[in-house]
Amino acid sequence: MSSLAVGKAEATTGTRPGTVQRPPLRGRIALVPTITLLLGALYCLLPVAWVVIAATKSGSELFSTFTFLPGSGFTDNVKELSAYRDGVYWKWMGNSALYAGLGALLSTAVSAVSGYALAIYRFRGREAVFSVLMAGVLMPPVILAIPQYLLLAKADITDSYASVLLPLVLSPYGIYLARIYAAAAVPADVVEAGRMDGAGEWRIFTRVALPMMIPGLVTVFLFQFVAVWNNFLLPYIMLSDDEKFPITLGLFTLLEQGANTPALYTLVITGAFLAVVPLIALFLVIQRFWSLDLLSGAVKS
Amino acid sequence: MPNTKQWRLVATAVAVTLGATTLAACGSDDDSDAQSGPVSLTYWTWTPGMDKVVDLWNKGPGKEQQITVTVKKQASGDTLVTKILTAHKAKKAPDLVQAEYQALPTLVSNDALADISGEVGDAKKDFAEGVWQQTTLGTDAVYAVPQDIGPMMFYYREDLFKQYGLKVPTTWEEFAQTARDLKKKAPDKDLTTFSANDSGLFAGLAQQAGAKWWTTSGEKWQVGIDDAATQKVAKFWGDLVKEDAIDNQPMYTPAWNKALDTGKQIAWVSAVWAPGTLTTAAPDTKGKWAMAPLPQWSAGEEVTGSWGGSSTAVTTDSAHKSAAAKFAAWLNTDGDALAALAKEGGIYPAATGAQLSGAFAKSPEFFSNQADFYTEAAEIAKTTAPSAWGPNVNVAYTSFKDAFASAAKNKSDFGAALKTMQDDTVADLKKQGFGVAE
Repeated sequence: MSSLAVGKAEATTGTRPGTVQRPPLRGRIALVPTITLLLGALYCLLPVAWVVIAATKSGSELFSTFTFLPGSGFTDNVKELSAYRDGVYWKWMGNSALYAGLGALLSTAVSAVSGYALAIYRFRGREAVFSVLMAGVLMPPVILAIPQYLLLAKADITDSYASVLLPLVLSPYGIYLARIYAAAAVPADVVEAGRMDGAGEWRIFTRVALPMMIPGLVTVFLFQFVAVWNNFLLPYIMLSDDEKFPITLGLFTLLEQGANTPALYTLVITGAFLAVVPLIALFLVIQRFWSLDLLSGAVKS
Repeated sequence: MPNTKQWRLVATAVAVTLGATTLAACGSDDDSDAQSGPVSLTYWTWTPGMDKVVDLWNKGPGKEQQITVTVKKQASGDTLVTKILTAHKAKKAPDLVQAEYQALPTLVSNDALADISGEVGDAKKDFAEGVWQQTTLGTDAVYAVPQDIGPMMFYYREDLFKQYGLKVPTTWEEFAQTARDLKKKAPDKDLTTFSANDSGLFAGLAQQAGAKWWTTSGEKWQVGIDDAATQKVAKFWGDLVKEDAIDNQPMYTPAWNKALDTGKQIAWVSAVWAPGTLTTAAPDTKGKWAMAPLPQWSAGEEVTGSWGGSSTAVTTDSAHKSAAAKFAAWLNTDGDALAALAKEGGIYPAATGAQLSGAFAKSPEFFSNQADFYTEAAEIAKTTAPSAWGPNVNVAYTSFKDAFASAAKNKSDFGAALKTMQDDTVADLKKQGFGVAE
């Protein structure tokens, strides 16, 4: 009975991503919400503007000129940053790209398979598995970093690329999203039709279900990518060799050089600015995948 | 039958594992003496340019003794202590670590640092008594070799002091009067600020006043944060903030940099490393600053506190403790090493002999107007009061930041903030299971 009820609930939530609900058209703009949102946008964008402008200032301009007046030192800052310890900054950037790119890809793959399985198959303990995953969603990854370190230390793989990548592969939130999306986007009829036509389960998953899940998986990928790119504590605990540091850790060591050394503010600010550029680029490139109308042509609801 | 086979397998596996453990145990017991064959060590440090200093070792004395050191650069601060302790829990701490003096008791009480008195005992003569004492924690053991120190000093804008007809204060009473005089002459300017975002400053000021925050009596810790000396310091700064004689904004912010750069704040109580900070914080004021000894509590005294400074320690996880100790001693006492440390890392050496060596013959560039900067600094360094650190300095420091930041902001009672700091520290010690004498 209960599983039936759950299945029904899923079926109703399932129609949502497919049906576009248009807000009723009205002649006038809602003033209060618009102003509130504009203020919110300003609040979020002001620090970004600060970083962008501060990155153009040379060391002597940074704190002496007007805050939002662009400076003249951007190219020098980039040059200096690239020269710092033989270009270790770009090494960090590469590491971040590796951790975030490969990590997000692996984690999306695992999320897709497990999310699909949880959504489509009925098996004993399915809800138990899902409940455990839900508990995992509520658990901030930060508190797992130290236990994970101790575990990987037993396996003797700390201070390696794998030590940062492995804990990222299983993402409860990604699996949760993938399950919700698979339940909504992959109709049981389609899977059933595939079976009738004699396709194996793997073939149904890769050829039929996976393409339908792409927009959801893109979201999972992006979430994971951003989370890993901004991740700090896990690599901080795992890595001791600064050649393997991601950019977050690298910038942190640049800032915390001990009291007797001048803090390299201009380098850190320029570094932080350059570090968000790939994220923005990624969003702009991947955005278009979201608009795909996937359900069209499969079944009519 | 398969069952017996399996059982035998398990039994053998257990026996082999046990054997291996016993062998490993034997190995780690006597490894430090019997050193044969090349040894490679890892070293966690935040000092910039340390890799270049270590290269000197790897190409020179290290090559002769077949000891190679690899630098793994880290970020400084309390977070590194946590990282070392986490690694130690997994028995994976590096051979050598850089540690601030106030972190040593924490590391020692977690059994993370090895006693290297046998290897580095001779180095004692190279350091001032008060500096060396911090690495022994008052025992016969030696847990680290001092690397750099941060004796505190008074920095002021020479030109602006002249312009406003101010005299360099030699006592704290004069300091307060100077602040008030400046307010009268230029109400929009401040002598300095009271900032709660670096606890080391306040700890140093209390140390100068004679405070001993952590002491032991028998088997118990005694916390003296709320003692008479510290109360005096807290009241002094609290009163200045309350009567608006000085600013109450935190340091190390863009606004603070600007205040120093434009001459809105004209003095800074700091330590020997201040020229480096001023270079980035107030680039337009080059050559306009001067350094003097810290104001005293009674006229004629010569005491200072310390703010910052660190040491090189060997961990208990190291499989080559004596080799690591040899490197630590070389790094902090050898003339070439110290010269390179000063040049590459910009540190002010703890070793007394190096404080007037070649690298410190000339004033820092930012203080080119004060020719005797380092001679003066070396004199001041000799007057550093002894310090007394305990196993939970980080807790006291965090409590200081919270309690004093809000006290400074609200211009409220600093005495109450100090009481909070004392209570938090004692409560944490008890929670950690240390005996605390009330």
